[in-house]
Amino acid sequence: MSLKKFVLGALGAAVLAAPFTAPAPAFAEDTLYLPKLVYRTGPFAPGGVPTANGAVDYWAMINERDGGVNGAKVIVEECEFGYNTDRGVECYERTKNKNNGALIYQPYSTGVTYALADRTRTDKIPLMTMGYGRADAGIGTAFPWVFPLMTNYWGQATGIVKYIGDQIGGLDNLKDKTIALVYLDIAYGKESIPIMETLSEKFGFTLKQYPVVFPGIEQKATWLQIRRAKPDYIVMWGWGAMNATAIKEAAKIRFPAENFIGNWWSGAEQDTVPAGDAAVGYKSATFSAAGKEFPVIKDIMTHVYGKGNGSGEENVGQVLYNRAVLTQVFIHAGILTAQEKYGVKAITSEQLRWGLENMKMDAAMAEKLGVAGMGPSISPTCEDHIGGGEFQIQQWDGKKWNIVSDKITPMNELVLPAMKESAENYLKEKGLEPASCS
Amino acid sequence: MFYREAGQFKSSYKEDQAIFPILQDRIGMGIILLIAFVGIPLFTGDYFIGAIMTPFLILALAAIGLNILTGYAGQISLGTGGFMAVGAFAAYKFATFTFTFGGFEGTMPLVITILLSGVMAALVGIMFGIPSLRIKGFYLAVATLAAQFFIEWVFIKVGWFTNYSPSGVITAPPLIIMGYEFDTAAEKYLFTLTFVAILALAAKNLVRSHIGRGWMAIRDMDIAAEIIGFKPLQTKLSAFAVSSFFCGVAGALWAFVHLGTVEPEAFGINRSFAILFMVIIGGMGSILGSFIGAAFIMLLPIFLNNVPPMIGWNIGVDMVAHLEFMVFGVLIIFFLIVEPHGLARLWTIGKEKLRTWPFPY
Amino acid sequence: MLDFLFFVEVLLSGLLTGALYSLVALGFVLIFKASGVFNFAQGAMMLFAALSLVGVQEMLGVHWTIAFIITVGIMIALAWCVEKFVLGKLVNQEPIILFMATIGVTFFLDGFGQTIWGSDIKILDIGLPNGAFDVGGVFIDQLELVAGLTAGALVIILAIFFNKTKIGRALRAVADDHQAAMSVGISLRYIWIVVWTVAGLVGLVAGIMWGSKLGVQFSLSLIALKALPVLMLGGFTSIPGAIVGGLIIGAGEKLAEIYVGDLVGGAIENWFAYMLAMVFLLFRPQGLFGEKIIERV
Repeated sequence: MSLKKFVLGALGAAVLAAPFTAPAPAFAEDTLYLPKLVYRTGPFAPGGVPTANGAVDYWAMINERDGGVNGAKVIVEECEFGYNTDRGVECYERTKNKNNGALIYQPYSTGVTYALADRTRTDKIPLMTMGYGRADAGIGTAFPWVFPLMTNYWGQATGIVKYIGDQIGGLDNLKDKTIALVYLDIAYGKESIPIMETLSEKFGFTLKQYPVVFPGIEQKATWLQIRRAKPDYIVMWGWGAMNATAIKEAAKIRFPAENFIGNWWSGAEQDTVPAGDAAVGYKSATFSAAGKEFPVIKDIMTHVYGKGNGSGEENVGQVLYNRAVLTQVFIHAGILTAQEKYGVKAITSEQLRWGLENMKMDAAMAEKLGVAGMGPSISPTCEDHIGGGEFQIQQWDGKKWNIVSDKITPMNELVLPAMKESAENYLKEKGLEPASCS
Repeated sequence: MFYREAGQFKSSYKEDQAIFPILQDRIGMGIILLIAFVGIPLFTGDYFIGAIMTPFLILALAAIGLNILTGYAGQISLGTGGFMAVGAFAAYKFATFTFTFGGFEGTMPLVITILLSGVMAALVGIMFGIPSLRIKGFYLAVATLAAQFFIEWVFIKVGWFTNYSPSGVITAPPLIIMGYEFDTAAEKYLFTLTFVAILALAAKNLVRSHIGRGWMAIRDMDIAAEIIGFKPLQTKLSAFAVSSFFCGVAGALWAFVHLGTVEPEAFGINRSFAILFMVIIGGMGSILGSFIGAAFIMLLPIFLNNVPPMIGWNIGVDMVAHLEFMVFGVLIIFFLIVEPHGLARLWTIGKEKLRTWPFPY
Repeated sequence: MLDFLFFVEVLLSGLLTGALYSLVALGFVLIFKASGVFNFAQGAMMLFAALSLVGVQEMLGVHWTIAFIITVGIMIALAWCVEKFVLGKLVNQEPIILFMATIGVTFFLDGFGQTIWGSDIKILDIGLPNGAFDVGGVFIDQLELVAGLTAGALVIILAIFFNKTKIGRALRAVADDHQAAMSVGISLRYIWIVVWTVAGLVGLVAGIMWGSKLGVQFSLSLIALKALPVLMLGGFTSIPGAIVGGLIIGAGEKLAEIYVGDLVGGAIENWFAYMLAMVFLLFRPQGLFGEKIIERV
């Protein structure tokens, strides 16, 4: 029985048992249940498909190669929500109590992340928001169940500015420069504005903001303005159909692509391939390297696709696919840490929280899990759910993404105080006490 | 046999004009309320209560709101999402507002917060209702769409509404009434149900009153209504106000009870469309229809999504979603062909048949 | 001087974008004119047509012109199905019911299109130019210029079709009075199939234009929302109205975004288009070129 069939069979049995009620019969063997909210349909499906495939393939490989994590089979169940927040919440409620309880959720959607913040706190289930979600969620005392596990949007913005500084020979040279911030005009896009404003004050560059109306398929006005303003650099906070359109429009106004830097949701094959030649030279941030040369990806090819399983071979090695794999590797490391501490195979979601807070994703661990050189080293703590975190800049050469920078660390001295302030506000409005870490 | 009104004599106008003049209806309603208030919280799980019933009730409330405007007063609106957003953001502002009054410092009681947010939505609704005096039919949708997009934009742009949160997201405070916190799914459900039941009753009474008859007269032919003495200005704007009040309360409940943390996109154009669909498919000019329509539009896709795995059909989740879309589309068309006037009409027809059952003539 | 050039540039690019909106709005007008149906599915039809074109081209590996012809066949089949299974069963229903029925069609097409052709972004390249001209400092997008010309050509073709051909005259007869048209022997079913086919073809052309711009993907169907103000401004029943409305909305929203948007935080395009249409409607409640609404008691 292949994993997919097994998963679907389990799903079928569960649903047959109770179409509108969640709890399902418990499994006798040790299992780890990882429900996955996916969007393989709808307007954001181009980004959702590789993301979903990466996660599903990784656990299929672990089950096939190792027979699970330390012998505990991993059950992955997909729940399609089509990037629709209401359905995302429904999926969460549908799956959270199945198979002895869900261990962790990773919605890959800002809206669902917000909507689940309260629920996961009540239900005591970690919420992994690697590279998205609230910027202040890295403060573990305010958000004990949310794990950004990477630097957030604010850190990313400071890092991108740092990179621009490096390109022109030092941050001091930013003084008479102009940076245009092109962002999707929704909650996600707006996250970067306050920190960019702080940076602009600190380093003396001129910041020009260009909001793009959701969903970003019509951007003419924005680019006419940019053409006139002649910025030195463009930083983009885009998602979905907006990215390829922006890259094309930038090429039309003959803006040099190498000075156009997207954030890590604006730099995938799905954004550059449709833009064609216009995208050559375009850069973006990333915290996970693309490519198929990493041992973990090779193992997926051997153990999943090599045996005729798997869900999308054309996605393997793509930016979003590898990012999803890397996210699962962090979860894997968290599970291992928790298993070691509590001495059980089938850990609970609360134990996984401890595992994620105490894992050490260093060179040795990365080597062990086959992701050496693929992502950042992190070591989160109970207070700090980010745990370091660095990223790099990649560039599109017309065929693939290549890493073109050293590892960049965000300017934490700017980011941390802002995060703390925002988190305190959140606690006050919610009427909550900070979680204890002692 | 069971549904027979013979022998139930009305001896006063009051009895004759009761909401449920027939004994069986009163019993039926009592049973439904009993199930809703006692049965569901006692005998179903968190999933059914928290992910199905609570959002269903809130959307049904919004559908009642739109039904007042579109079904009873005949004004098409695609601004429902916008008015819900006004309710949600107003509730947030009221709830986070600390006032001092003669040495007493505190925040507004929750119920008043939610009702006041409905009042704010009503005011905004009146403002965007003014063009309805001149623009009619499908063209009126333009005014309400302007409202929809403008309101969404304002909440994204103006930091004051979100207390200057960097991402423009609002976080609802805990639901506390007189020191008691509503935090489990069942408690939140009961909280919502109480609101929805009372407001639905109010709506039912309102549409049977002088005001409601004015709305229907305007709907059926506005010039004729004007000639017999209904002032279009007051009648249309009151419909906008009452409708927006319901939508605003629904929006506040959506933010405070269902989601907790909300971004303006939760009240986007798709929400407006979905609620209009509920009203049309459920039955225009029917309070019951609003509930049935909400069930159809919200619950049917979830149910369809559960069917293929239920019957052991091993296909990918994307395929299931595509099938869900197709079957849903076909069912909409099917029900329109079977009963163009909405599902509520099917129930009315059913009642007629029930009256003579088992010996129809 | 520079500022004036920039103004011309914005105006021109707004007009061209407006022409692209008109292409989408045209499909709505055709169907509303002939059958009184507000076709919510126009956006989905556009997406489905574009998806079919690319899909057929990829699947059979043929030149796009052949794929185009096959797609035309698919759109005719779609029109036949819509008439046979949806509209034909709902004759004489209220407009809002017919509107709801087209929503059913939308859901079906969204699911069906993705089932057959998948949800990935597909690249549509039929050799339309992709760059931009620079005429004396004024920036003109070549693709939009082509789209503008196409929209103009389409209107002329449609005008000839409506005024000079027998089917066209029958279409106008049906638009004027269903029953009178039927009484002189015009088949309503046939006319509806024709008009849905034509709307499908207009959708295909619009889909090609937008698909060349964005790649063929689900988001294409969202452009229908940008066509709504155009439609309302121009009047539901007027083909020239769709074009003029498109030009006004396109130019208006771009000028507003650049000259007003800056003052209030930007991204005002969406609601401004509707506000603009609303202001026009306050003066002409039937749209710029719509038929006068006559009310009888």
